[in-house]
Amino acid sequence: MNINLTIIGQLLAFSVFVWFTMRFVWPPLSDALETRRRKIAEGLAAAERGQNEQRLAEERAKEVIKQAKQQAAEIIAAAQKRSNDMVEESKTTAREEGDRIKEAAHADIEQEVNRAREQLRKQLAKLVVQGAEQILAKEIDAKTHGDLLKNLAKRL
Amino acid sequence: MASGNELPTMEEHIAHHLTNLTFGYHPETGLGFAMTSSEAAEMGFWAIHVDSMLWSIGLGILFILSFRAAARHVTAGVPGGWQNFVEWIMDFVDENVRGSFKHKNDMVAPLALTIFVWIFLLNLMDLVPVDLIPYLAYLAGIPYMKIVPTTDVNVTVGLALGVFILIIYYSLKIKGPVGFIKELTGIPFQTSITVIKPIFWVINFVLETINLIAKPISLALRLFGNLYAAEMIFILIGVMYSAGLVLGLVGGVLHVGWAIFHILVVPLQAFIFMVLTVVYIDMAYSEDH
Repeated sequence: MNINLTIIGQLLAFSVFVWFTMRFVWPPLSDALETRRRKIAEGLAAAERGQNEQRLAEERAKEVIKQAKQQAAEIIAAAQKRSNDMVEESKTTAREEGDRIKEAAHADIEQEVNRAREQLRKQLAKLVVQGAEQILAKEIDAKTHGDLLKNLAKRL
Repeated sequence: MASGNELPTMEEHIAHHLTNLTFGYHPETGLGFAMTSSEAAEMGFWAIHVDSMLWSIGLGILFILSFRAAARHVTAGVPGGWQNFVEWIMDFVDENVRGSFKHKNDMVAPLALTIFVWIFLLNLMDLVPVDLIPYLAYLAGIPYMKIVPTTDVNVTVGLALGVFILIIYYSLKIKGPVGFIKELTGIPFQTSITVIKPIFWVINFVLETINLIAKPISLALRLFGNLYAAEMIFILIGVMYSAGLVLGLVGGVLHVGWAIFHILVVPLQAFIFMVLTVVYIDMAYSEDH
């Protein structure tokens, strides 16, 4: 066990190794570890944010769907109401139209009846005059009694 | 070896294992390698343990180059196998440093990493069969070859000396010379009586100086003692191989057992050295003990 210069040699070698490690080994590795740590932290934060956003989006989507459903229901209700109205309206229109047609028909019929009656009256008057002419023959002058017969025919 | 062609005795064998390859100036034979342990001792302080230096520097270079390789190709993305391993060690060291060192200093973590990995590698050499490399070296004409640098007290003292210099440096830097002297003289004994104060200062100074010097000495001797004792046991087990079949088999079993136990000692001692270094530097930083 001799104490000798080896101590100094070791001391120098030790210093050089520590210096080298401090200068060239530790900092790059340490930086890399730090960078990775930060990256992982950022990744985790981003994932967290993403999840949050997804949750918000889901909520928003739910809200939108709910609104859409509501709107659809409103539209359907309005359409139903409208169709009911239209049916009612057309019913009313049809009824009115029908009434009008009926009235026109009535008027036509009345006219026809009047016309027929007029014709009948004329024919009857002619027949009556003819009959009377035959019955009365000569005693009755057609010209003198013509006015009388015409009056009679009018009254029929 | 001194005994020439004869087989060495057990004492010679053990002594051979405990002697470093020493290069220095011998008063009689001049500059050169010491061929015997007494020659090595006679060279005095101005000699150097070539084997300790080469193995420790070689392993240190292995450490910095392999870690530098990871640092050069470092990526913040998915790390490769080697980078992953290096990061694992770094995380381990960094966690320990942050656990015991609360101040801002960019040097402490790299220092701790260097200490941990380097001492781990130095200790790891203990698991290489004790006779293998010294025998190969002997065949190559090299008289001595101790391959476990941490069983050389010079190596552990050299490391502890580095830590000691850092302790002094940071004590002076953080507290200033006056603060450092105050710390050395102001505690543990305190008094309000003016006359007794100087006496207490002297007592405190002696106690605190011992306390301060005990730090590197305990660091150095703990590491050295553990590894030296372990190496010694490996050597003794190695001796059993040459003592017949039965003892040889027992030696084999003991060897395996001790090696397994040693797997624990190797990182543990490196870890203790690292943690204590960090703690000592933290103490140099903090104002109160």
